[in-house]
Amino acid sequence: MATLGELERSIMDLLWDADDALTANDLRDALAGGGTPGPALTTVLTVLSRLENKGFVSRDRDNRPHLYRAVMSRADHMAELMHEVLGSAPDHAAVLARFVGQVSNDDVASLRRMLDGAQPR
Amino acid sequence: MNSAWIALAILAFALAWPVPILLARASWPARAPGTALLLWQAIALAGGLSMIGALLSFGLEPFGTTIVDGLRSLVPYLLSGGLPPRANFWQMFALSGAILLSAHLVLNLALTFVRAERSRTRHRQLVSLLSAPMPERPGMRLIDHEAPVAYCLPGTTRSVTVLSAGLIDLLDEEQLRAVISHENAHATQRHHLVLMAFRAWRASLPWFPIATRALVAVTTLVEMLADDRARRDVSDETLARSIALVASASGERSPAGPSSILETSRNALAADGESAHRRIVRLTDRSPALSVRSRVFVVSCGFALLVVPTALILAPAFS
Repeated sequence: MATLGELERSIMDLLWDADDALTANDLRDALAGGGTPGPALTTVLTVLSRLENKGFVSRDRDNRPHLYRAVMSRADHMAELMHEVLGSAPDHAAVLARFVGQVSNDDVASLRRMLDGAQPR
Repeated sequence: MNSAWIALAILAFALAWPVPILLARASWPARAPGTALLLWQAIALAGGLSMIGALLSFGLEPFGTTIVDGLRSLVPYLLSGGLPPRANFWQMFALSGAILLSAHLVLNLALTFVRAERSRTRHRQLVSLLSAPMPERPGMRLIDHEAPVAYCLPGTTRSVTVLSAGLIDLLDEEQLRAVISHENAHATQRHHLVLMAFRAWRASLPWFPIATRALVAVTTLVEMLADDRARRDVSDETLARSIALVASASGERSPAGPSSILETSRNALAADGESAHRRIVRLTDRSPALSVRSRVFVVSCGFALLVVPTALILAPAFS
């Protein structure tokens, strides 16, 4: 049994990979592939409205049944994420603690020298 | 004549300028990062306390002989809208300053907290959609990106450590262990709370360069604390090598990332480079940890820093 978070991720993956907007039924059928029963339609609808609230999915209410599509591509979301991680966002350090921050090319040279100095002889 | 405000003002000045500069330049904090972190917190707290205390003590002079006394007799004046006959303009100016400064500091702390929480919530949502859980390592996620990064996303209930595919390609198993142990230490030791307080301090006093220096120093100390935790799991050399490898790789590949990375301020770059440098130096030069006696001395100094302004604020005025 997948957690709600994992189900959100699977549904986003399907929407990102789809060329067209999908219905909740399409998504449920795609998730049920491979002999596994897959989630109930109500579960899929719950996850879709959660994703809509978070701003990841848009819903076309004019169509019956409703059509769902991803608001932005996977690459755009990845760019947003890495933007924050790599420190170009204004106050990225307030959000997360990186192992090593961005360093300048001069620093790279000096770190390289230290690295060679630390090598076992 | 109440002279407590003069003592508090001198203390506030010392803690705002010479003391943090000396501590930022000192070399011993690398040998006792936890102790130094305590001292930084004592300096920041005592600095704020004596600053507000000095203004209050000066401003409340017409209302009573001590601050506590003065605050108590201030209330009926505030309610009736009048002032005692001895009150002059400068005292009322200081009093308003104390109230505004306290409100400013508290509001900024709250604002910094709320903003960070909001950004983290958004970031956590992105991570959960874009990364896969690591089955053998609970609380960790893997993002499919070539930049070698590892970071801890702190949370009030649970924290997540995120690794990138690029990092796994770059490091061997032992070096990865060093990185993971380092990042988990940030989460379990709740470093983000200390950092947030110093970030709020800098946000409240943007024109005050010492606040920025303090934040840089504290950030480096927190990294050293996490390094010390990782040193229990891996050798010093492995950890030093991981830091150098990740720093070098992320420096080289900056043009390939979003173009705005190049616009990252030079100061931030210099601070990060300096921090990586200091961390490697302390791992390779094998300088011993600070002696217990020296640590006790530093902690006592920090304690005294907090006791003195508190006593000056609470004690009856010495005349």
